[in-house]
Amino acid sequence: MREYLLGNVAIAKGILEAGAGVVSGYPGTPSSEIVDFLAPLAKEHGIHVEWSVNEKVAMEVAIGASWTGTRSVVTMKHVGLNVAADPFMTLAYLGVGGGMVVISADDPYCHSSQNEQDSRRYAHFARVPCLDPADPQEARDMILRAFALSEEFGVPVMVRPTTRVSHARSDVEVGSPGKRKENPSFEKNPPKRVALPVHARPLHVELLDKQAGIEAALAKEVWNKAEMRGKIGVIASGIAGLYAEEAIAELEADVSLLRIGTYPMPREMIGDFLERVERVLVIEELDPVVEEFAEMVAKERNPKVEILGKRSGHVPSVGELDPLTVRNAIAEMIGLPKKTAPEMSPEVLSILPPRPPTLCPGCSHRATYYAMKKAFGKDAIYPNDIGCYTMGVGMGTVDTCLCMGASITVGAGIRFGGEEKGICAVLGDSTFLHSGLTGLLNAAYNDARMTVTILDNSITAMTGHQPHPGTGCTACGETSPSLSLEDICRSLGVGFVETADPYDLESMIETFERARDHPGLSVVLAKQACVISAIRSGVRRPKFKVDEDKCGGCKKCVRFGCPAIEFDGEVAKINALCSGCGVCAQICPQKAIEVVK
Amino acid sequence: MRTSECDVVVVGVGGQGVILISEIIGRAAMLAGLSVRGVETHGMAQRGGSVINHIRVGCNYSAMISPGSADVLIAMEPAEALRYAHYLSSEGVALVNTKPVLPVTVTTGQASYPPMEEILAPIRNACSEVRAMDATGLATKAGSPQATNVVMLGALSKHLPIEEATLMEALSETVPAKFLEINRKAFELGKIEVE
Repeated sequence: MREYLLGNVAIAKGILEAGAGVVSGYPGTPSSEIVDFLAPLAKEHGIHVEWSVNEKVAMEVAIGASWTGTRSVVTMKHVGLNVAADPFMTLAYLGVGGGMVVISADDPYCHSSQNEQDSRRYAHFARVPCLDPADPQEARDMILRAFALSEEFGVPVMVRPTTRVSHARSDVEVGSPGKRKENPSFEKNPPKRVALPVHARPLHVELLDKQAGIEAALAKEVWNKAEMRGKIGVIASGIAGLYAEEAIAELEADVSLLRIGTYPMPREMIGDFLERVERVLVIEELDPVVEEFAEMVAKERNPKVEILGKRSGHVPSVGELDPLTVRNAIAEMIGLPKKTAPEMSPEVLSILPPRPPTLCPGCSHRATYYAMKKAFGKDAIYPNDIGCYTMGVGMGTVDTCLCMGASITVGAGIRFGGEEKGICAVLGDSTFLHSGLTGLLNAAYNDARMTVTILDNSITAMTGHQPHPGTGCTACGETSPSLSLEDICRSLGVGFVETADPYDLESMIETFERARDHPGLSVVLAKQACVISAIRSGVRRPKFKVDEDKCGGCKKCVRFGCPAIEFDGEVAKINALCSGCGVCAQICPQKAIEVVK
Repeated sequence: MRTSECDVVVVGVGGQGVILISEIIGRAAMLAGLSVRGVETHGMAQRGGSVINHIRVGCNYSAMISPGSADVLIAMEPAEALRYAHYLSSEGVALVNTKPVLPVTVTTGQASYPPMEEILAPIRNACSEVRAMDATGLATKAGSPQATNVVMLGALSKHLPIEEATLMEALSETVPAKFLEINRKAFELGKIEVE
């Protein structure tokens, strides 16, 4: 069956075909659509699909499932693997029961991420095989192979798509859904399931002993292939292999090509290739993993071969590769002219207004920031976190962003470091439940004098509105136990906890003022539904308009930064994007903004 | 040698339905038995930011189109047309919706929106033909401004190596049945506009 599929959907279909019984994950671009696609199908296929509260939890759930003999998958973005690294590293020792696949999606160029880390390094670190797809078809095929490999060698297998694989679409050949394992059960076997030192030592030996077999098995995979066309060669991995193939075809050049799709890499094949070329260019996204390995292999097999790549400056070390960059790197190596991309002159481009991603019209985060700044002032320190709300950086209320949950802990550290000004940390509800709980507990325990604001919109908005424990339902839409963030904060030891509605600006400001004046740790819950989910669930608020006779043209509302407010000549104007939050009407000193009746 | 039959870059603002255009073209290409590749903008940039999708019909390589090689640039928004005009090949065609979506940098007075002629002139220099149209107006005439993307698709149709009937089949598979009539009309108006 051939279908036009998004890379992540091709992956999800591969998971169904493989007969996986448990799929867990935490949303993160570019990985989110895998669980998004599977959750509504879970019931029909009799599988368990969940959004877990964080990646570590998701990994452990998948591990437990694998230990019953059930095939399992855990999905996350690259930085999520940092959170899940603890179970991941030791799982490699203990090994799997049913096949287990770890999907860690990398994001070269940080399209939607805080860094450009390379998951292949983690796979190597843990001594776990890694498959690196070039397109949606390979991604689907690799999922099926990953399960088989995992069961053959008793180790988890990583599949590492990049943004341009996860969010690519192509015609993909897929098969029918498979059956999950019958009669799963957990078999007691402490030497393989209990990571005591006495067990870990021999398990480490076992893991290292498995490597030669894994390497031999992977060397035969179709994703590693060499085409000899002369003494000059290219070694390219994953999506870069596809760029290189296209570039060589377009240049009609006699360049040999070795494509790499598996880790550990096929040592013999790389050695054979290096023996048959005089000069080779290594092309890969992110870190020079293949390049360093090729240099090592060359020492044994052909020390004279010239190896070019990131270290020689022929391939960029940062950002994302694209076909033109790869074409030009190959052209440069073989002495053909580079193709210059047509560029608009800076003068022409200077007329373009920047269009950064922004908080939505009517987003309550904007109102919360406005109120926060009124109460704490512009000199206060505002440690921030990961979510839509980081886009409020232009409002002066985002001073730090490090990783999930770090707003609270970094804020506490800033206080203990000696900063005397007001500190108001900000994070979303999903981020708070992901990894803010422990930080808040720590702040209460160690008596950090600061305010923590939880932006509670009841959803994980940035990644596409996935539910979390505060939403009231699971990934599959089942009702979940109701959760009180207020009660959680109090039970963690916070003395001051109050909730306010950011759409009611006055009460929001007053709540912040009380929190600010509280002598210890305080928490403010800014509670208002995400404006997108509200509209989707049918909430329609009356829109607002500006009474032109009353408007004094002070631009206070314009500076608020809502995309629904424009300035037209001498007066403000509200455009069709208005979602009816009414916050601008509360800001206007002339009371010139009113409901459209 | 050419590595793709037809390379189309679709640009606009998050929320304008850029992904739907890619989806319809992709399905149609499949129905026509052509291999097809595409890549989309998801995540952060979707929040009112500028978005770009690549679609390659009759291509077996990666989904990414190199700057200077797009056969067609479809812009749902004029400023975005200029922002991505460097993707066009010198023989390429630009189809531009002339209805601006003001970015927040303009509404808050930090930047100004350039006059239409200043946007279109450099694009004309970069390619063989620019077809500027009020696609949003045409979509409204068809029944809904939401169908702007399908107006643009209609305008694109003659440049694709895909029969119109196949595109219509893909359209009816993709849009909800209750909006099909509006979308058919929008497609037709876009097509007539460039004839």
